[in-house]
Amino acid sequence: MTKYIIRRVLWGIALLFLVSALTFVIFYLMPSADPAQLRAGRQPNPALVASIRHHLGLDKPWYVQYYRYMKGLVLHFDFGYSFTNNISVKQQIFSRLPATVSLALGAAVVWLVIGIVVGTISAIRRRSAFDRATMGGALVAISAPPYWLGLLALFLFASDIGKIKLFPGAGSYVPLTQDPGKWFTSLIMPWLVLAASFAAIYARLLRANLIEVMSEDYIRTARAKGLSERRVILRHGIRAAITPVVSAAGVDIGVLLGGVILVEAVFNIPGIGRLVFESIQNADLPMIQGTVLVGAFFIVVCNLIVDVLYAFIDPRVRYT
Amino acid sequence: MSFGGALLRVEDLRVQFVTDDGVVHAVDGISYGVRQGKTLGIVGESGSGKTVASLTTMGLTRGRSTRVSGAIMFEGQDLLRASGEELRRIRGDQIAMIFQDPLSSLHPYYKVGWQLIEVMRAHRDISKAAAHDRAVELLELVGIPDPQRRVSQYPHEFSGGMRQRAMIAMALANEPKLLIADEPTTALDVTVQAQILALIKDLQQRLRMAVIIITHDLGVVAEIADEIAVMYAGRIVEHASTEEIFRAPQHPYTWGLLKSIPRLDIPRGEELIPIAGRPPSLINRPSGCHFHPRCPYAQPAHSRTDPRLEPVPDQPGHEVACLLAPAVRTRIWGDLQAGRAPAAARELAQTVPAGRGSERPPVVKEGGP
Repeated sequence: MTKYIIRRVLWGIALLFLVSALTFVIFYLMPSADPAQLRAGRQPNPALVASIRHHLGLDKPWYVQYYRYMKGLVLHFDFGYSFTNNISVKQQIFSRLPATVSLALGAAVVWLVIGIVVGTISAIRRRSAFDRATMGGALVAISAPPYWLGLLALFLFASDIGKIKLFPGAGSYVPLTQDPGKWFTSLIMPWLVLAASFAAIYARLLRANLIEVMSEDYIRTARAKGLSERRVILRHGIRAAITPVVSAAGVDIGVLLGGVILVEAVFNIPGIGRLVFESIQNADLPMIQGTVLVGAFFIVVCNLIVDVLYAFIDPRVRYT
Repeated sequence: MSFGGALLRVEDLRVQFVTDDGVVHAVDGISYGVRQGKTLGIVGESGSGKTVASLTTMGLTRGRSTRVSGAIMFEGQDLLRASGEELRRIRGDQIAMIFQDPLSSLHPYYKVGWQLIEVMRAHRDISKAAAHDRAVELLELVGIPDPQRRVSQYPHEFSGGMRQRAMIAMALANEPKLLIADEPTTALDVTVQAQILALIKDLQQRLRMAVIIITHDLGVVAEIADEIAVMYAGRIVEHASTEEIFRAPQHPYTWGLLKSIPRLDIPRGEELIPIAGRPPSLINRPSGCHFHPRCPYAQPAHSRTDPRLEPVPDQPGHEVACLLAPAVRTRIWGDLQAGRAPAAARELAQTVPAGRGSERPPVVKEGGP
């Protein structure tokens, strides 16, 4: 097991190197804009642009730039400085991270609870009115784009522009450390909007799994043992049906931790997602590179956690 | 056949499943009984309703689309009329069941010991530690070596035979009065099959259990059953003591089953004779005798008359549902025993009109199993 984890960590590091190199290459092959031009103001003279280019190190070949960047990152854990405002990328990312983590993890709790409860009831009461209604609703939730759902939520329930003034609207995000109460209320709508499609997917996933599991021989055995139906479903059925849900959740959370662009944009939450969006607009390579690496890092880590967790969930899985 | 004094008495049990394709007549009016310490073998092909009958006994076929009638009397209580909770208390405690495939029947995510402890604690007020000790005892009882270590292993770490032993241990955990074994050896190697059957027999004698063993293999029940009921298309077509079934089987379907058992005492060149055709659909069952489309001895009239389970003359306790006259049956079986082909025997069936069957044929050839 330890050997397996070490190997996976090494692979993860290699993968992050690859991701950083790819980001660099893509940026050079398909630049969204010339960073030096963007910084030089409205009517730049060529000398100014050249001097900015030199100052940012953009006049060097890409591999030299990449080497410098990686040297700073590996030796000093330095992500460089933003092309647009010279703020340390590391600082910027870490200041944005709490908002994204709050949004992603909170939404994960919401969608897991809703998904598991709805999926279980739908599977057990198959073809009931509840099953039909929730599965129909799930289809809608999966199909609805989050930005549309977000705007709809704001239009209906935001305390400023909403028809029914229920929750704080866009731009009301407060860090947890500052005011836990406001942090919570301001995130209710973003959590629900972000969780909607995931809850629908997870409910359908669990429902399908549980229906399959409930026809397994070992469920018949559990019933033949004289266990209560409740115990048969919870301890024997869900226990077996939940494994794919766990692995899917790990991957999805990993992806979201790297930034939830649409929901952050709609609700004006200062998270990584907005940072990604802005840095791409500004051709801000160090910022793009930093956010991409952070996103890749979360995906790698969450995948590793899921795989290790799997060995505990399913005793038949053995890693060597 | 009288089932007085039986621990379990099934009376005119009918089980139907309503499906989109039609009504499945899974069990169609069967009656049997089993006494304490005795073994009943229920034999038939897949889809003959033998498993459904047992699952119904356990209350495991209940559902909106299931229609059940008749009675299942267990110690004076009708299980068909028992509440879900009453049945739950009986399941795994008074009546236990083991299944065909021991790997898929054990939960893959829980240790064998955990699963044993669970069944004890579902019915008995017993501490986890005491249940654990008993789990080790039970594994030892069913012949699992090194039970101390095995108790904390997962099912996938057990071999096929060991898993079935673990299933048996689980079934016996609460010392049931009745054990229903549904194809307990089908998924196992031949050598392991014999061990498992010997184990069931041994435990039955020690615990004075009644056993119902369900199988498609007459060879399995020959070893262990006191009585055999042969099922076809949801009905019992022949019912007799094991000795009688092998000595003088009466139903063409039973003959087919007997002739399809590989045997060492038969010359190597002789072919096994499979039963032609396939089991009938239980939604649209054949008219008349349900077996007539596959019966080599069927007469035109057999597709119109539905045979009833009736006593065989001069053989107390032996019942058969066959439209052939008793004398004809005896003669055909004699011929089959002598190694004559079914085709020749079919001629014979046609030469004797069905009505004249009560007189005994001059030569009766009977062979043991």
